[in-house]
Amino acid sequence: MSILNCCLALAAVSFVAIPGLATASDSLTVDAGALAGHRLSVSDNAAAKDYLGLKGTDTFTMPQIKADAVIIEIFSMYCPVCQAEAPVVNELHQLIEKTPSLKGKVKLIGIGAGNSAFEVEVFRKKYNILFPLFPDEKFAIQKALSGPIRTPTFIAVRGYGGNGLKVQHVHIGRITAEQFLKKAMATSGGK
Amino acid sequence: MGLTGRRWSILAAIGAFAVFGYFSAAYGKSEGFGGGIYDPGQLKPTDSGTTVKNGDKAPDFILPSISGNKVTLSEYRGKKNVILSFVPAAWTPVCSQQWPGYNIAKEIFDKSDAVLIGVSVDNIPTLYAWTKQMGELWFPVVSDFWPHGAVAKAYGVLRDDGTAERAVVIIDKQGIIRYIDVHDINTMPRLEDLSKELDKLQK
Repeated sequence: MSILNCCLALAAVSFVAIPGLATASDSLTVDAGALAGHRLSVSDNAAAKDYLGLKGTDTFTMPQIKADAVIIEIFSMYCPVCQAEAPVVNELHQLIEKTPSLKGKVKLIGIGAGNSAFEVEVFRKKYNILFPLFPDEKFAIQKALSGPIRTPTFIAVRGYGGNGLKVQHVHIGRITAEQFLKKAMATSGGK
Repeated sequence: MGLTGRRWSILAAIGAFAVFGYFSAAYGKSEGFGGGIYDPGQLKPTDSGTTVKNGDKAPDFILPSISGNKVTLSEYRGKKNVILSFVPAAWTPVCSQQWPGYNIAKEIFDKSDAVLIGVSVDNIPTLYAWTKQMGELWFPVVSDFWPHGAVAKAYGVLRDDGTAERAVVIIDKQGIIRYIDVHDINTMPRLEDLSKELDKLQK
């Protein structure tokens, strides 16, 4: 693998500096309120509407998704790590769809940071991605993150009624499908 | 983890970011390149006077590529449309993602019977190490290192500091320039704009 993951190096260095910082994921916090307010469009995407259980709406926010948990990948079609990671994320999607206890309860979406609809579509076609991808040309998702957008970033959230969300798990960089899913579905409420 | 622990984590993270220059302009950073991307901060959007215009004959060039071959523009005459993608410098933020983006969009170029040539003023070893982080590229990357930036200069896209503009030049099969986008160096040219321009070319 020629693509290195810089977050690993960062974590190692940080760990030496302050022993409390064990993983790179700790370096980013997600503002659940801002994430819950992030509005996405499904106006021309019947398949996405169907998958996400949205009825008669052109735009939506994540608490409206019919699911127990939602996994959000912040990616960019321009990011070589996201490109290399695309088959793994497809695998994660397949794993959810193939597991009866998860199918319909855990939903996966991608947000293309800085990407236009056209660019997101290039990425979707290239990797035959079956879960919904949304463009975010103006980096609107930035307002939910404590630090600069780094791609890929994976965020697992759960709804807790009303319009709120609870952030369950955040991971920057590459994942393995099973391990990420385990952390995303942990009942302890994350870290 | 208690509140105090959490606060420490955040402080530590901010410290780590500050030390390694991870805070950057508003664009997504790809988790790649071994953490080796240098952030030059916000730059003057353009810093050169374009000397060529649509309808002009494209200045010819012969430049060495990272694969060891030489690339001659005029060899495509009568055969292929050509897109020149000038990038400012290796190991900088937007450039490090622009070519990986093109790398998964080959069909857009193919449908217009076009070839893409990536041009940078960096030398071959630097370009080799940098592009290796992008995965396998399907298009040639050429070095305009010596005489420094001569081709960039011929197209009027050499900046005052010796880097090049982030510029896209479309040259048709007759060797005539059909489109020039000297882009804001800090932002990514939109792929759909390039695709639309390519659609206008004779295939």
